[in-house]
Amino acid sequence: MVGRAQTHRLEKGGLIDRSAPLGFRFDGKTFAGFQGDTLASALIANGVKLVGRSFKYHRPRGILTAGSEEPNALVELRNGARREPNTKATTAELYDGLEAASQNRWPSLRHDMMAVNQLFAPIFVAGFYYKTFMWPAKFWEAIYEPAIRRAAGLGRASGVADPDHYDKAWAHCDVLIAGSGPAGLAAALAAGRSGARVILCEEDFVVGGRPLADGGTIDGMPAAEWISRTLSELAALPDVRIMTRTTLFGVYDGGTHGAIERVNDHLPSPPEHQVRQRLWRIVAKRSIVAAGAIERPIVFAGNDTPGVMMASAVRSYVERYAATPARRIALFTNNEDGWRTVETALGAGLQIAAVVDARPDVSPAHRALAAKAGFPIMNGSVGGVDGGKHGVRKITVSLTGGARAEVEADGLAVSGGWNPAVGLTSYHRGRPKWQNDIAAFVPDSAPPGMVAAGAANGAFSLGACLRQGFAAGAAAAQDTGRSGKAGTAPAADDEAFSLTPLWHVAGKGKAFVDYQHDVTASDIELAQREGFESVEHLKRYTTLGMATDQGKTSNVAGLAIMAAVSGKSIPETGTTIYRPPYVPVAIGAFAGHHRDENFHATRLTPSHHWASEQGAVFVDTGLWKRAQWYPRPGEKDWLESVTREVKAVRGGVGFCDVSTLGKIDVHGPDAGAFLDRVYINTFSNLAVGKARYGLMLREDGIVYDDGTTSRLAEDHYFLTTTTAKAGLVMQHLEFCRQVLFPELDVQLTSVSDQWAQFSIAGPKTRDLLREIVDPAEDLSNEGFPFMGAREVTLRGGIKGRLFRISFSGEMAFEISVPARYGDALARNLMLAGKPLGVTPYGTEALGVMRIEKGHVAGPELNGTTTAADLGLGKMMSTKKDYIGRVMAGREALVAPDRQVVVGIKPVDKTSRLRSGAHIIPKGRTPGPDTDQGYVTSVCFSPVLDQWIGLGLVERGRERIGEIVHTHDPLRGEDYDVELCSPVFYDPDGGRQRG
Amino acid sequence: MRIVCPFCGERELGEFTYLGDAKPVRPAASASEDEVFDYVYLRDNVAGQMSEYWYHGGGCRAWLKVTRNTLTHEISAVEPAAGVGARKVGA
Repeated sequence: MVGRAQTHRLEKGGLIDRSAPLGFRFDGKTFAGFQGDTLASALIANGVKLVGRSFKYHRPRGILTAGSEEPNALVELRNGARREPNTKATTAELYDGLEAASQNRWPSLRHDMMAVNQLFAPIFVAGFYYKTFMWPAKFWEAIYEPAIRRAAGLGRASGVADPDHYDKAWAHCDVLIAGSGPAGLAAALAAGRSGARVILCEEDFVVGGRPLADGGTIDGMPAAEWISRTLSELAALPDVRIMTRTTLFGVYDGGTHGAIERVNDHLPSPPEHQVRQRLWRIVAKRSIVAAGAIERPIVFAGNDTPGVMMASAVRSYVERYAATPARRIALFTNNEDGWRTVETALGAGLQIAAVVDARPDVSPAHRALAAKAGFPIMNGSVGGVDGGKHGVRKITVSLTGGARAEVEADGLAVSGGWNPAVGLTSYHRGRPKWQNDIAAFVPDSAPPGMVAAGAANGAFSLGACLRQGFAAGAAAAQDTGRSGKAGTAPAADDEAFSLTPLWHVAGKGKAFVDYQHDVTASDIELAQREGFESVEHLKRYTTLGMATDQGKTSNVAGLAIMAAVSGKSIPETGTTIYRPPYVPVAIGAFAGHHRDENFHATRLTPSHHWASEQGAVFVDTGLWKRAQWYPRPGEKDWLESVTREVKAVRGGVGFCDVSTLGKIDVHGPDAGAFLDRVYINTFSNLAVGKARYGLMLREDGIVYDDGTTSRLAEDHYFLTTTTAKAGLVMQHLEFCRQVLFPELDVQLTSVSDQWAQFSIAGPKTRDLLREIVDPAEDLSNEGFPFMGAREVTLRGGIKGRLFRISFSGEMAFEISVPARYGDALARNLMLAGKPLGVTPYGTEALGVMRIEKGHVAGPELNGTTTAADLGLGKMMSTKKDYIGRVMAGREALVAPDRQVVVGIKPVDKTSRLRSGAHIIPKGRTPGPDTDQGYVTSVCFSPVLDQWIGLGLVERGRERIGEIVHTHDPLRGEDYDVELCSPVFYDPDGGRQRG
Repeated sequence: MRIVCPFCGERELGEFTYLGDAKPVRPAASASEDEVFDYVYLRDNVAGQMSEYWYHGGGCRAWLKVTRNTLTHEISAVEPAAGVGARKVGA
């Protein structure tokens, strides 16, 4: 890209690399800058003053600051899927080919139709949307809100998925330092020399802080040289890590800090396999906030005119970027620090139009300088600005004594003093305290382990910053047990800081407090008149400080104006609560890699790859992927496949991976006694080599989980849980074992991932199993009866576990093998079963067969049902205590009219039963008063050749044979059904015992 | 928040699961329905020091008794919860 001449770039100087020119586009126009520029400094170097339109009034706005506190210069950065709205031009690093567009204007920045809003300014006052758009109420959603949103927009989101990757990482250190100015570097030196593990975060891409623009002398050398020497020393220390482009944005419990590292935001797009940003959680024993201070504006009419800029920002642009925001600059200050701008401007060959100083007097040295350089010093304040979208032309000065003066200038530097960055220290609800000599809030308390140092602590001189930072670094290292020698602190002069507070200059015209939300001084006065005096009310009523900049340049001025109009002091008025994050953090960074298929972990069953090869359709069950059914060519839908699978099992043999069940080994002499206390039925009397169905309750008497438990040895049980509750049951059992029953000698081991488990079901099960297990194993009804369980040897010598249990109602076994053999077992079952017509089946067929058999599952174990509701009340032992026993006996839990499990089948065999349909007595109008329950599980039963289901129905078991009505308002289906036994298939259980 | 597990050392909150008040003791088998009701449902809403059950599911699977200030999240003690919810012999 070829850019036009950089009309506002100084011939020399600055921390820019003139050998690396960069081309970029802003609002479609081509410009040039240098490596080391920000977008803002490059725009300034090209003489661009107008960069955006304001939020509410669409007023022309320019660049106000040179840092992350910027309220005005927000742009849409990049294009397409990478378009990022509301990006601060003042922190966006320039790269070759950068594209940016101004926001909130139409059709163009120079000719913004919405600027007409300024004419209607009287209705856009504080709280205008509460007042103006009140009536009629239904207009709000349809008309007012969309219109306001269009008019008062910030940037546009890309609307498409973010193509970049974000990372999350942890770091640990003794001492964490926020900020690399003199205080931060001195702290790092002291802590690092003491032997502490140090991390220093700097949000800028260059280390050094204010001296990068303001220079100074440290240890007798220019600040730049001291910074460079310090960085060399820190680099040589064993464990000091400096992270640039990294903003510490929050502090949380236990010394955990949040930081966002903009790893590759300075490039057009991240290099391959690299992330764009990284979210850090940094655990630090001690932290030092050396985040500096933010220069504050003075509120006066026209203070938002492009070309009005913070004095420190003027210095940053001139010194650090060799870019001149104006050629003839006026300065409006109420403090000594603002005067640095005069030296900077004169040093760069710029003209000073005038210095307006609100203090009663200025020093003789300043007077001498003014006389030499030929500019007037005016005692007073700026009362107005002439200019518009082309920038400042003239300023009006109200002189002390009442006279007025006019000054021609193309830029106005403003300094209203400095506000320490008290965010981090206040994030645990700490309230900063007022310090009179600097007329600013400083930290009063901080989260445990945190201190502030330097300007962030209200110490504004270079000498004090170095001393405080060094002392804080040495103390923090000591606190963490690092006793090395910190040496001597770097030294510098303590320059004077004198300030006369000035917040607001009364006058005609809009005087902005919050630039980003267009809140004016008169809005604050209005809020006070209407009774919104509390700072929290003021904030919400006027939206002061609620924009993306969080009021970094506006909050204190807003409080000061409120204090003045309500006749209170500023400390009495107080501050609002500070909350993280300190700077906006992209949601993508919080998500990190946890998006799309990586949103959560995926668990694959041992036979997954084999099932994939078979063309299985998978279903997500919690984290698991389970084979749902195995379609075959020619089958027209899932129902046809599932029906085939069920028929194949009932008529021959099939198998299904059930490894997702939770599996727990229970060992110890008291294993049986332990199980007696957690299940409603008894396990201590279970014979070795047998399995038993078990049901456990919550302590409140409601059913928690079910499964089979086998006794493999006198002191060894093996229990299974449902897939969904696998982890929770383990946690519950550990609670019972450790907390409630410590006297029992029992140990629990989760073996869910250690065993692959398959259900093999159907009349030909034994024929198939004989091909798998060692021929010496007796699988006959006598040698391995129903509910038998024992270790077996498989062909080839592998040890497995075999359980004669049946969920399908067929003759069935479940076989466990070490998980690594699961895939081989599936393949062998297929191979050995080929002559038998073996059919793999999925979770759908599993579900069909359990409904046909009337077994309860998740839809019935739904957190509201008791054992009796499920028809399992007889399992509740009366001879022992167990979890949930007493509460299960509560009146309402044993009431005769409870909804209990019952079978349901449509009277018209062609009707399709639906889960969730309500059960209503025949002839009654559906409604809450006639609702008697609902359908919980449904399937198409190949055996009965119709849809059947289970339901929870009031007094259901007493009403077998009754015709009732199902009401399904969602699908508009209503028809008669018969209540029946939940066991639709083989009610006497002959098949599973055979 | 970070919890110093007596078995694993200092670990991050995400490894732990919260259960709640560690004060109630499970009543004897002979206890009345009212006593068990209190055990299951009645909890103090403490503003200040509270002993709580935490489960180190992401580590050693130990149940821990954590003494935490509910106002500041400051943790003053962590110990194994062995037997904390059990009736003491003779009680």
